[in-house]
Amino acid sequence: MSNENKAVVFHADNISKSFNAGKHLKVAVKNASFDIYDGDFVSIVGSSGCGKSVLAKMMLGLYPPTSGEFSYFGKPIANTKKHWNEVQSIFQDPFSCFNQFFSIRTQLEDARFILNPRPSKAEFAERVDAGLRAVNMEPDEIKEKYPFELSGGQMQRMLIARAFALRPKVLIADEPTSMVDAHVRAGILDYLMKIKKELNMTVVFITHDISLANYVSDRIFIMHDGQIVNQGTPDEVLGNTTEPTTLKLLDDIPDVNKQEWIPNSHLARKAKNAENA
Amino acid sequence: MVKLLKNLMKSPMFVVGIVIFVLSLLVAVFGPLFYNVDINARDIVAGPYAPSSAEHLLGTDHLGRDYVSLLIAGLRSSLYVGLIAGVIATTIGVFIGLFGGFRGGWIDEVLNMGTNLFIVIPQFVILVLISSAVKEGRSLTLIGLIIGLTSWSWSARSVRAQASSLRSRDHIALAKMNGDGNLKILLKHVLPYLLSYVFMVFIMQVSSGILSEASISMIGLGPLDSTSLGIILNQAKDNGALSDSIWIAFLPATLVITLTVFALYLINTSMEGVFNPRLRK
Repeated sequence: MSNENKAVVFHADNISKSFNAGKHLKVAVKNASFDIYDGDFVSIVGSSGCGKSVLAKMMLGLYPPTSGEFSYFGKPIANTKKHWNEVQSIFQDPFSCFNQFFSIRTQLEDARFILNPRPSKAEFAERVDAGLRAVNMEPDEIKEKYPFELSGGQMQRMLIARAFALRPKVLIADEPTSMVDAHVRAGILDYLMKIKKELNMTVVFITHDISLANYVSDRIFIMHDGQIVNQGTPDEVLGNTTEPTTLKLLDDIPDVNKQEWIPNSHLARKAKNAENA
Repeated sequence: MVKLLKNLMKSPMFVVGIVIFVLSLLVAVFGPLFYNVDINARDIVAGPYAPSSAEHLLGTDHLGRDYVSLLIAGLRSSLYVGLIAGVIATTIGVFIGLFGGFRGGWIDEVLNMGTNLFIVIPQFVILVLISSAVKEGRSLTLIGLIIGLTSWSWSARSVRAQASSLRSRDHIALAKMNGDGNLKILLKHVLPYLLSYVFMVFIMQVSSGILSEASISMIGLGPLDSTSLGIILNQAKDNGALSDSIWIAFLPATLVITLTVFALYLINTSMEGVFNPRLRK
């Protein structure tokens, strides 16, 4: 797919992010450079602790980069409220995402305050209902429910419903379905693809599941130890790669799914390697 | 709030604690209405350290003053000091802890340094130094103030720890992304999590204030304008009650202090269980 005519949503030039952890400096993202184009479905893949979530929070404007140049539609992220009107997220840990002193429903409906123009309460409530149905929850089911009364998977679906109700221009989804049942997950992904198409939404999808990334993405970034070690279309990244992290991620796919997900070129190369050895 | 009270009432610890505490409060405030003996009146007929009688339920002290009325006055002073110290220490501690913990960065570091400084300086030494420096002006209120101003550090530290762990929680990030401002986040998304904590900190501060006042009075550096439980003990000690085994001169005061602080401890501990929001429904 050619990206020449598309606007650049996120442009990163050598960005890094480090945190002070006591006396040590923990570098979470190291010299990352990339472009994310309008309407693309980009997956960031890597093992735990490689900096995916930090990169996501940088895109959300929650963490400013320590160094490097980072821009959203050509401008640095200055006004976060304006930014969040267009860029929203599904966070990774659903257990820590809700305030346990308020009902889930009020917290979902509170999201309308970030929108500009702001929808009316009734209008947004309808959007929340639609979002809930899209994640396979009946709105009545969570009426008056508090976060601690739901399971991890259900709360994760609440976060997804919130994102669906907001209908952002850019959605940063950090492992959005890690706790969701397999059959619900497929439905959610389908709906995500549907509204992505409808709204020409840009999706940044963070996952450690490379087979899923291969299936849904326009572009894939492979991260290792804070660095983006490999990026491109799924074919470019997974097809004929010699990059060790990518190979490792491909090797780690459970055998049951392998035939279905792994590009044939990779399988052929593996067979050849086995022969040589 | 009603639900919360209902839940609290289900805890026997809380019921026992609150009953003792409310009783002591009632005695301190309304006691003189029912037991009206002037604490300064010396009963020359009964004499010093008189045994208990119909006239003096717990006997008299070394000056021939009625013990029960002294205890009531002492309890009132102790609770008063405890409340003043508790309010001041909690306010300072919560403010510093919340602000530092939630803001983070260099402000937090400076505030944290100050807090640690107050933690490492023994509070009792400061109390003794200031109390002996003030001399004549040493009033009950002043002692309460000094205790409050020197004992906030642990509250600040624990509130700071809570606030800073909340700061990195995703629900704060989500609230920001819902468009909430800093004040709204602090009030709606941080304070509710800390409210039970603040309550408990307050109760701990009150009880430690009562104990601090008792200790400082016991060594003779207590308030000069009123009788407190610590002063009763101090005078009993100075006038041979311990060496002559005059139990009644110090045991009731000791028991009253112990019971009051124990009641506060019970309330505090039972709250910990009930304030857990999972039990609210």
